[in-house]
Amino acid sequence: MGNEAIEEEEDMDILSSMWPDDLMNAAEKQFNIESNTGRDMLEDVNIVEDPSVADFKRLVELTSYSEKGSSQLAYLVKSWEYKQANAARLLNEELSILSKQRQEAEIKKLEIIEAHRFEQEKYVGNKRPISILDEVYDIWGAAPKRKNEASYNNNITIDAEYDSINYWKQRAILLEKLLEESIQREQALLQKLQDNVNNLEKQSSPVDELSQILKRADNYLHFILQTAPVVMGHQDKELRYRFIYNHFPKLAEEDIIGKTDAEIFTGLGVKESQDLKREVLERGLPSKREITFETELFGKKTFLIYVEPVFSKAGETIGVNYMGMDVTDQVIKREKMAKLREEIAVQKAKETELNKSIHITEETMRAKQMLATMSHEIRSPLTGVVSMAEILGNTKLDAEQRQLLDVMISSGDLVLQLINDILDLSKVESGVMKLEAAKFRPREVVKHVLQTAAASLRKQLTLEGHVADDVPIEVIGDVLRIRQILTNLISNAVKFTHEGTVGVNLHLLSEQYTEGSKGYLEALAAENASSRLTIANSLRNQSYSDQEMLTCSEAKETIQNCDDPAELSSLSFEENEQPYEKIVLLHCDVYDTGIGIPEKALPSLFRKYMQASADHARKYGGTGLGLAICKQLVELMGGHLTVTSQVNRGSTFTFLLPCKVPPKQNSCGDSDGDALISDCEVPDDTSSDELSGSFIFKPHSLSSGFSLCGSVIHKSNLCSNGSLCTSIENSRITEGPRSYSYSPAEAVSSNFDTSQVSRDKNDDLNEVESFIRGADECHTNSGSNISQRLTDSICSSTEGNSCGSGECEVSCRELKQEKEQRAKFTSNGRPDSSETNLQPKILLVEDNKINIMVAQSMLKQFGYKAEVVNNGLEAIRAVQSSHYDLILMDVCMPVMDGLQATKHIRAYEENGCWDASVACLDPLKIPLDTEKCRKRTNIIAMTANALEESAAECLAHGMDSFVSKPVTFQKLKECLQQYLPC
Amino acid sequence: MLGLGARRWEDDMTRLLGFLYHQEVLDEQFMQLQQLQDASSPNFVMEVISIYFRESEKLLKNLRALLADRECADYSKIGVHLNHLMGSSSSIGARRVRAVCAALRAASEHCNWAGCLRSLALLEHEYCYLKNKLHELFQVP
Repeated sequence: MGNEAIEEEEDMDILSSMWPDDLMNAAEKQFNIESNTGRDMLEDVNIVEDPSVADFKRLVELTSYSEKGSSQLAYLVKSWEYKQANAARLLNEELSILSKQRQEAEIKKLEIIEAHRFEQEKYVGNKRPISILDEVYDIWGAAPKRKNEASYNNNITIDAEYDSINYWKQRAILLEKLLEESIQREQALLQKLQDNVNNLEKQSSPVDELSQILKRADNYLHFILQTAPVVMGHQDKELRYRFIYNHFPKLAEEDIIGKTDAEIFTGLGVKESQDLKREVLERGLPSKREITFETELFGKKTFLIYVEPVFSKAGETIGVNYMGMDVTDQVIKREKMAKLREEIAVQKAKETELNKSIHITEETMRAKQMLATMSHEIRSPLTGVVSMAEILGNTKLDAEQRQLLDVMISSGDLVLQLINDILDLSKVESGVMKLEAAKFRPREVVKHVLQTAAASLRKQLTLEGHVADDVPIEVIGDVLRIRQILTNLISNAVKFTHEGTVGVNLHLLSEQYTEGSKGYLEALAAENASSRLTIANSLRNQSYSDQEMLTCSEAKETIQNCDDPAELSSLSFEENEQPYEKIVLLHCDVYDTGIGIPEKALPSLFRKYMQASADHARKYGGTGLGLAICKQLVELMGGHLTVTSQVNRGSTFTFLLPCKVPPKQNSCGDSDGDALISDCEVPDDTSSDELSGSFIFKPHSLSSGFSLCGSVIHKSNLCSNGSLCTSIENSRITEGPRSYSYSPAEAVSSNFDTSQVSRDKNDDLNEVESFIRGADECHTNSGSNISQRLTDSICSSTEGNSCGSGECEVSCRELKQEKEQRAKFTSNGRPDSSETNLQPKILLVEDNKINIMVAQSMLKQFGYKAEVVNNGLEAIRAVQSSHYDLILMDVCMPVMDGLQATKHIRAYEENGCWDASVACLDPLKIPLDTEKCRKRTNIIAMTANALEESAAECLAHGMDSFVSKPVTFQKLKECLQQYLPC
Repeated sequence: MLGLGARRWEDDMTRLLGFLYHQEVLDEQFMQLQQLQDASSPNFVMEVISIYFRESEKLLKNLRALLADRECADYSKIGVHLNHLMGSSSSIGARRVRAVCAALRAASEHCNWAGCLRSLALLEHEYCYLKNKLHELFQVP
């Protein structure tokens, strides 16, 4: 095109006069713009054009069919046509100018010829040639100005003489020449026009130009698509490939063109894509979908496929364009993301779950804490009331006051019992209740429960018990709870029975050697640690009265029974070590001949706070908690409780209880622990044989007036019980009454022994009393103490038996009184020297000043003094330098806590040497009498946490017991009584 | 006249004590404390209480200082102080103070600074209340 422009410029030089300036410029401008913007136009095309139109081989074919193709083609053609039209217009203009010039030249020629003739005529005739010339000149003047005008004029100048023949000849020749030149020029122009036309035709062939443009587009597209993971294709109506651009060339073009997807490859996703294309074909709407292919050809790949229909000019679909992009990585990533998200969600769910369970655990903990506080909060003020009432009972009162006070105390006890019931129930329900596992003798339990019931019986009822021979002598279980159940059921039966019998039947239902009642056994196993210690404690409590009595004859062998906690715990430990072997299912009936229970009341019988009817509640009293507790307890132990009843004929409560049987021991099973229990059980005259399983308690007149506390009754009870309490001793005491011995203690014990051997109760009593009196008179204060204690303990055991569950409590109370008396003695100005000899050495380890003051003051009230140190390390130093009978140890202390200190002290007691970290620095301080030091010191923890866990922790660290804070009289008393040997 | 005054004073004291028990400011442990007071130690309760106040004031001040800065609150130390305070409070039967101590301890166990501060404010309030009441109790005559 550039060439053309230059050529034209050349032409313009020649033909400058013929091309109007403005026109020329405008045309040229347009033309140049077109030519210059050819590239821009290309880019326009690129943008406008759909990327899928890259099929060059079949483009013509396609464009002639498809609407889009034709519109595109039309665009290209239009632009070409515009250019062509422009060029043609210019040429036409040039042509018309040329032809005009020729016409003029011809006219001129004619004029010249005419003029010539006219000249000749004029020559003949008379003509004016000048006017013609003038006219000619005028014509030339009217023509557009030319640069070489002068040359024309020059040509006309003639040297000849005007109007001569020569002149005219010359002139004619000149004009002829001019004409010839003009013709030549015309021919040249025609030639040029012809050339131009040819050139134009050659240059602007639409196909060439179009294909050039398209080629460029093609290049661009290839450039862009070179590395793009895309597949593009065009498929016809039958979904046969007509074109494909494939970035993943696995197949040659010939393998694809003219075939359908299904023919090319097979596998997962092929059909789906086929279906998609078909759908698009049918519906005529573009669609996008993600399809995962799993083919042999290219493995597993996911493509995002876009399919659009291609319409013919008539509006029918004639095929589809499709474009696929490989999104495998994205899909994998997306799946990973989804998975991660899922995991996060799961994690979150877990977290919330965990939070929930933490929350629940916290709630449970709080509930537990609440329970612990409740038990403390309710019980302690009540015990305060009761114990204060008892203290009041110690003051001088007349008979009426005393009676009132007794009522007060007994009602207080009742309320306490009630609260205990409620707490028991809530304990069972909240899962706090822990079962103990200890050996016990079912016969004795039955016997004792019946005895207790008989003792408090105020009706003419026969109590009977029968234990079948097949029931093992010993079983393992929570004896306290079982007794509670039995006592509850029996007292219930007694309450609703006015005449006849109340009885207990115990027999064996089945035996198995597997772990049949797993739940219970698991519970047993789980409770090992705590129960062991609790057993020890409870045993100590139970045996308390014996202990007191027996300490009178401390020199003798009796102490072995229960005094050594180490031995005890080791014993119970052994028990728990033994493998579970045999489980028996005990079947226990408690029957009565009472008022019975109407059938409709049976379902609600075991519900809390429910009694058979409101009338009964009024008539018989009670809270309606007893049976609910029984049922819960039985179920907690893995058994169940049922009832059958007939109105006015009586009821029978039956419970089944799985129990473990301890393996036979060679020492005929008479372990200390059991002996202790049986100590409390009172063997009656009717039963002495261990295996005898029948007990009958006939109504007798004495029991009816018991509550009046008549002295006679009291004494008779005292005597029988006194003898019973030590019945174990009977076997040992074979000699007759001893002679008076030298030490008061000896004397007491021997006398006491005598009393047991003797069968005459009243005589016994007299003897004992007289002896006590004698001792009081004759001996020193220690003697009086002992006698006092003796009396107290006898009393306590009596009351213990009569009151059933409250036995320990009562005995404690008695002892407290005794202690108080002793304290009074002390404050009455007894010589300190004699007192200090008896004074047990107590070490109080506590860092809190207030607590020290309170504890010290309390100890003082009991007549004790304590040394005070402020932390565990100081305690160890103190123990290193002297021996203590009792250490009251705070748990939470600076420097070294109570648990650590206890551990060290215990380690020392065992090994005889201190741990290096606390070893005594000053060798002089090491006591000489190591024998004495190595005797086990009683250590009692003072802990602020009343919960069982912390108690267990204390015990696990070697402490003997614990007192929960704040320390009260009651707690301290119990503790001191238990652990101070004197 | 004198006898009547003594009687009235006793009544007042009993009423006040009853009120304090009822409000659960004090509990039965305080009764125990009173029982410890006898001829050999006539001012026992007073002594204990004054020691208690002296100690507690120190402890409260320490607690306040320990909680002054949120960033460097030493919760274990707070726990130690609290144990001490709880121990003495329960020993004299200052029940409400003890309860608030427990709450404060729970907050400190969770390192909950804001909760600690709240509880501490409450504790100070309870403490002041107790102090005033006990002063009143012993100043009644």
